[in-house]
Amino acid sequence: MDVSRRGFLKISGAALAASGIGISLKPVSAYAQPLKIKYAKQTTTICPYCSVGCGIIVSTQNGKVVNTEGDPDHPISKGSLCSKGGSIYQLSVNKNRLDKPLYRAPYASEWKEVSWEWTIEKIAANIKKSRDESFKITNDKGQLVNRAMGIASVGSAAMDNEECYLYQKFLRGLGLVYIEHQARI
Amino acid sequence: MTNQWNDIQFSDCVLAMGSNPASNHPISFKYVTKAIERGGTLVSVDPRFTQTSAKAHIYAPLRSGTDIAFLGGMIKYIVDNGLYNERYIKFFTNASFLVNPDFKLPGENNGVFSGLSGTKYDKATWSYQTDGAGVIKKDPTLRDPNSVFQLLKKHYSRYNPDIVSEITGTPKDKLLEVYKEYAKTGQTGKAGTIMYAMGWTQHTVGVQNIRAMSIIQLLLANMGVAGGGVNALRGESNVQGSTDYGLLYNVLPGYLKTPVASQQTLKDYNEQNTPKTKEAKSLNWWSNYPKYTASLLRAFYGPNVTLDEAYSYLPKLDDGKAYSWLDIFDQMYKDKFTGFFSWGQNPACSGPSSNKTRAALTKLDWLVNVNIFDTETGNFWRGPDMDPSKIKTEVFSLPCAASIEKEGSISNSGRLMQWRYKAVNSPGEAMPDGEIISDLFYRVRELYEKEGGPGREAITKLTWNYGPKRGDGKIRHLDIHAVAKEINGYFLEDKTIDDKGVKKEFKKGQLVPAFAFLQDDGSTSSGCWIYCASYTDAGNMAARRGTKDATGLELYPEWAWSWPVNRRIIYNGASVDPETGKPWDVEHPVIMWDGAKWVGDVPDGVAPPGDGRPPFIMKPDGVASIYGPGLKDGPFPEHYEPLECPIEKNLLSPQFINPTAYRFDVNGTDMDLRATCDPRFPFVCSTYRVSEHWQTGVMTRWTSWLAEMQPDMFVEMSVELAKLKGIKNGEKVTVKSVRGEVQCVAIVTDRFKPFIIGGQTIHQVGIPWHYGWVTTAMRKYAHDDKKPEVFTFGDSANLLTPFVGDPNTMIPESKAFMVNVEKKGVK
Repeated sequence: MDVSRRGFLKISGAALAASGIGISLKPVSAYAQPLKIKYAKQTTTICPYCSVGCGIIVSTQNGKVVNTEGDPDHPISKGSLCSKGGSIYQLSVNKNRLDKPLYRAPYASEWKEVSWEWTIEKIAANIKKSRDESFKITNDKGQLVNRAMGIASVGSAAMDNEECYLYQKFLRGLGLVYIEHQARI
Repeated sequence: MTNQWNDIQFSDCVLAMGSNPASNHPISFKYVTKAIERGGTLVSVDPRFTQTSAKAHIYAPLRSGTDIAFLGGMIKYIVDNGLYNERYIKFFTNASFLVNPDFKLPGENNGVFSGLSGTKYDKATWSYQTDGAGVIKKDPTLRDPNSVFQLLKKHYSRYNPDIVSEITGTPKDKLLEVYKEYAKTGQTGKAGTIMYAMGWTQHTVGVQNIRAMSIIQLLLANMGVAGGGVNALRGESNVQGSTDYGLLYNVLPGYLKTPVASQQTLKDYNEQNTPKTKEAKSLNWWSNYPKYTASLLRAFYGPNVTLDEAYSYLPKLDDGKAYSWLDIFDQMYKDKFTGFFSWGQNPACSGPSSNKTRAALTKLDWLVNVNIFDTETGNFWRGPDMDPSKIKTEVFSLPCAASIEKEGSISNSGRLMQWRYKAVNSPGEAMPDGEIISDLFYRVRELYEKEGGPGREAITKLTWNYGPKRGDGKIRHLDIHAVAKEINGYFLEDKTIDDKGVKKEFKKGQLVPAFAFLQDDGSTSSGCWIYCASYTDAGNMAARRGTKDATGLELYPEWAWSWPVNRRIIYNGASVDPETGKPWDVEHPVIMWDGAKWVGDVPDGVAPPGDGRPPFIMKPDGVASIYGPGLKDGPFPEHYEPLECPIEKNLLSPQFINPTAYRFDVNGTDMDLRATCDPRFPFVCSTYRVSEHWQTGVMTRWTSWLAEMQPDMFVEMSVELAKLKGIKNGEKVTVKSVRGEVQCVAIVTDRFKPFIIGGQTIHQVGIPWHYGWVTTAMRKYAHDDKKPEVFTFGDSANLLTPFVGDPNTMIPESKAFMVNVEKKGVK
């Protein structure tokens, strides 16, 4: 079991078919037969919880996650995962995920489902209004500051690096100075 | 982390203090266990006997908020017993530097350093003595009474074990046992490491907690070596990355400073931020500052906007003013914002003083909340004590992709940037955060192009070249590799660069191989200079899966990529003798001189042996700071009581609390309450985490496998306190502070014991902070869905926490505050 899982990512399909790779695949393939991941596609990921950065293999079939488990080749976690890392299957297969943009109008007591197009347009209009109303080209001393004081942002350590970069680029382009996130708390 | 997770196994003594890795970073404990198997010891110092304590050779309890007293006592022990590495501190630290004779220590100045005026220090007397040429005066014998070393000795002479024990509540024999064990790592060839987390940062003396340990690590020659370092166990999978990328008010990507108003031009900005030194041998790496600024401005605005113009677009802070988390929610409560983004975060539960935070949200015109699950922030308008019909805020809830539904990189606590692949699509219409940001950017830009507005160009001229474009100039979809490449940086024109005497040719459009090649003239771009070398002509370094381990130190240089320049242990230039180049630890050398070059890890700051270059090249003077005059609250850590504490005075000095703490309770709002030594709130309280939940529970509370294991908000207390209050294990109780209350299940354990502080018995309790009032009961489901049972109960621990911060970082003091615990119906 251990040998086959470990070898899975290293050995391509072609290599598997070839003989003489140094290990006997026979008992392994016999054991692997009933596994639900047999026909699954595998991708690697890194755990989204704490900052150890453990490796996880995600098995998907027909566009659905069918299994997640520790990546034995990962040099830090070496196949281990904690309770949280072991549960990321449920982040994907979960009825409680938010799957539509929702809008709560002023003074309303309910959410309303809305389209992305409407949502983006409305938020953009809000951003423009708040920014224009609060934009300060100069401060009280007359120094050039080019900043929008009426909007603040928090987030996010939950985003990928590339998204963090894009987000701060966008916010600084807008002129925000109140930019914070999890690292401060 | 200065080192890496795997490196912990090479420690001869692992100190877990201000952290509980066995529970909160469970897989890291693999390497603590390995260290123990190799003969190392584990020391756990914590108010509570944690899962880490259970595996420790030595457990020492201490009262929350007294770490500096504990560590100050250790500094005294090391100095008094001559257990420091004299060569190391002489060559690699500022121990020999001579300080202004007018500088006064708290012991001779009523508990504060010289220069205090109100709540701020005038640091004039904290300066160094210099000669006519401006070079810092030094005494290599470390005997001058004004030398940093002698001042350190004098300062901590007050921290004797008796007074330390009285303040911390740690039994004196346990203190000395810890000091003796940890100080052994000062022996040549031995290494000690510190694993700390929010248990150290969330205090009004947070930075000084870490400074105290840094001083110990320098005295014991533990910086730069295998099994050493100062290791922050960061709380989120990418909080290292999000910090590196400048999602904070005070830093731009790569820790460049956010411009302030007095820096009106790029020239002013660079001049004020580029450190200068008169130390002949110092490399002073930050002298390259203008190159990183220019490259960042190019990444923002491209080559068609001049650097000066691009700089003028950047928003500027007012000099000396903070725009931190605490400021945001204080200003919001005072009605100063109309709009707010809460992106991948849940401030209604995660920030201090949740009641203030939640009330602040009602003052907004609009709130954009982006998350994968419902949060208390997005739903604040229908929360406890809220009347939706009176709340004007428009709220947008945007569903985003989970980590396995998009592609990109994250950086772990050890600065290791690892690539993640997309496994599946997001449910329904949920989108990756990057796509949402991109859509918003285009729509806002369009509005400014059409309608104009103040500061129009700052947004319309921002470059957004992340994939093939359609006829309307927008990208078809966000190519995350294009973003990763912009972060690394490009040559924007053909360029010949002299690289240590060798001419190197680069073509326009080529990726920059490393930040040493970045330029200040606008000919290069880089969105985050410390990540330059992460995505080069050789490919995406973060995606590498090589497992070669040539050094045997488990550095795995071909696994993913670590900033800076794939260095795995930073400050490793200090792992070798300054004159001979011989590794301090010959069994585990991080770097070695092979006669012509350094081999092993990517060397840090070090020149050929005997060259005399001090290796802490990010410091202008090239050495590590035992004396740290850059901080707001003093050049040495000094013990002060938390803003809320159980005793009426500081047992060490007449100065009760940190005089420079970032406070809001003085002339504050009705929400900014403080109750110290108040009989209504007699127990010390600290927040902590459990393995099964994460942060405010925003992901784990929706995950039944986890939620079922830890369903309820609880308060953990000693058998003695339970008896005193007549509380039984499992009973429902209310935990109250002056700011709020939260319902909890009482867990009565032996893990807490009462402390004897200054002769009186003091009780401490602990609460996890993973809970919130939004549950599955509030969700709407399709007709054919089986509605899940309610997984969790209880609300946020932050309903209780104080709205006060460390003066340097402004991180709130969530680890030491005062509460009461009441049985239902019993006051």
